[in-house]
Amino acid sequence: MTATETQPSRATRGVNLKVLGPILALVVLVIVGAALNGNFLSAANITNVLSRSAFIGIIAVGMTFVITAGGLDLSVGSMAAFIAGLMILVMNAMLPVMGPGWPLVFVGMLTAMVAGTLAGFVNGFLITTMRIEAFIVTLGTMGIYRSLVTWLADGGTLSLDFGMRSVIRPIYFDGILGISWPIIVFALVAISGELVMRRAAFGRHAAAVGSNDQVARYSSVNVNRVRMLTYVFLGILVGVATIMYVPRLGSASPSTGVLWELEAIAAVIIGGTMLKGGFGRVWGTVIGVLILSLIDNILNLTDGVSPYLNGAIQGVIIILAVILQRDKKAES
Amino acid sequence: MKFTTITAAALAATLALPVQAQDTKVIGVSIPAATHGWAGGMNFHAQQAVNRLEEVYPQLDFVLATASDPAKQVNDIEDMLATRNISALVVLPFESEPLTSPVKAVADSGAWVTVVDRGLAIPGIEDLYVAGDNPGFGKVSGEYMASAMPDGGDIVVFRGIPTTIDNERVEGFQGAIEGSGINILAMEHGNWNRDDSFTVMQDFLSKYDKIDAVWASDDDMAIGVLAAIEQSGRDDIKFVLGGAGMKEMVAKVRDGDPMIPADVTYPPSMIATAIELTAVGMTSTAPVSGTFTIGSVLITKDNAADFYYEDSPF
Repeated sequence: MTATETQPSRATRGVNLKVLGPILALVVLVIVGAALNGNFLSAANITNVLSRSAFIGIIAVGMTFVITAGGLDLSVGSMAAFIAGLMILVMNAMLPVMGPGWPLVFVGMLTAMVAGTLAGFVNGFLITTMRIEAFIVTLGTMGIYRSLVTWLADGGTLSLDFGMRSVIRPIYFDGILGISWPIIVFALVAISGELVMRRAAFGRHAAAVGSNDQVARYSSVNVNRVRMLTYVFLGILVGVATIMYVPRLGSASPSTGVLWELEAIAAVIIGGTMLKGGFGRVWGTVIGVLILSLIDNILNLTDGVSPYLNGAIQGVIIILAVILQRDKKAES
Repeated sequence: MKFTTITAAALAATLALPVQAQDTKVIGVSIPAATHGWAGGMNFHAQQAVNRLEEVYPQLDFVLATASDPAKQVNDIEDMLATRNISALVVLPFESEPLTSPVKAVADSGAWVTVVDRGLAIPGIEDLYVAGDNPGFGKVSGEYMASAMPDGGDIVVFRGIPTTIDNERVEGFQGAIEGSGINILAMEHGNWNRDDSFTVMQDFLSKYDKIDAVWASDDDMAIGVLAAIEQSGRDDIKFVLGGAGMKEMVAKVRDGDPMIPADVTYPPSMIATAIELTAVGMTSTAPVSGTFTIGSVLITKDNAADFYYEDSPF
């Protein structure tokens, strides 16, 4: 199928299973879901699942590039919470001046994009120029953003002013032709990400840097610039995800975006991107995100499984999805 | 030399309790950090109480420490004992087990110990226990549900983070609706989180064609539930019952929102009760040892104004 054609030529045996693994897992989940509950394939449920996947999905596309280039970002969940808080504060502060309406929504969006870009830049700067381990830098910024949003919210919840909420609500709940905006934005981000990864020089450079940065450097790839850009893109995408998130409940709190970073990383790895870098697959990441949301959805739609075990079932399916795509020779 | 100073300090700590203070006494307050709405309110009320009492009692000094996990809270308490020479400790334990022995060490040093909300694993360590009433919280919620649905009906239940607190509440609730004709269609963990309960409610709405009411059991979860109901456009759900007493929800009750006809309190300000009582014990001869249970109260349109705190973040 088309999937196998995009596989790089250096992949050897077990190609089919490796590529098809996540798709198989997704198909099995859809069949199980449909068998367990008649409403599973209803338009409303599909819209719900896809829309709620959008936040993690948009972030995970950016994470695919970071991981492909040999990096990691643990700060995205906290960053999303902080940007959401900032966006709400800015809109509330500007409300008396500008009044409720679309211009104010654009101010909010601009805030989120600028904050995301800056946050990504800070991570990238510390990792590339200051040469600190990505794990340590983003573990640090994770704590910083989480504390900042707690501090901004005074430990409570930051809520968008009521007058503004009805204006901004359609960004999450409305759309074109019955397809809601988060789904459209997620699709656009995923398609652009796939094109950049496959067709643009940047995608190849990211893979080269992740595979062997010394060789990449001798091949006149600007390693630091590529690494920096992956973090900045991820920051921008966290901003985009936040723009989709804030309209949903119109609030941000210290519990916003908790563990999003791990869900995004899990989705990337389920999708076939290598955690140690060097190879990335954006469409796989999309499948990974859908698998994670579907597990939750199916567990909510069925009885018989104790909710205490949700995490265990999720863990088993994640590991199975990754086992399916392991090359037998890779054991050595 | 060293020996005598330590003995002197220990003697001072044990003997200083009822005697008129010749020097300032230090009260340590150790609480979990503001990681969710309720804890945020609790932090606010703790800070308010400390500010107020420092003015009222010049002879008292307060050390307030917030911890983001049990290990940090243990360190906080050990530091207070070692470096601040506290005469009393007010602690809201993150978890019962890991905090039991460090708090016991404080009690063994002769200091007064007040435990708030979550009990320690071994009873009898604390001098004063200020507790919320979790089974009572569930019971009041269940009784309201039963009275609001005299003909019974189908409800869905949202649970918090899996803990003893959550179990006690749900058991209290189930006991109170027994025989009322109310049928629980499903229970799922919303983790006291708006986003989680939003998605769980979306899925409940897909799963069941008719839901008469929702016991969200928490105001944060109720907000997520309300957003999901609004999105679905369904009108079979008659009302949502939250809990805790978040000011936005109390305002809805006060203003007569038909979807939020009532709320049940589990006040984060109980930390203030604990700090105040401890200060009274430190500065007067009034006895304050024992257990102080703060009941859960039903908030309706009639009394909502009394439970609305303008400045509180929760």
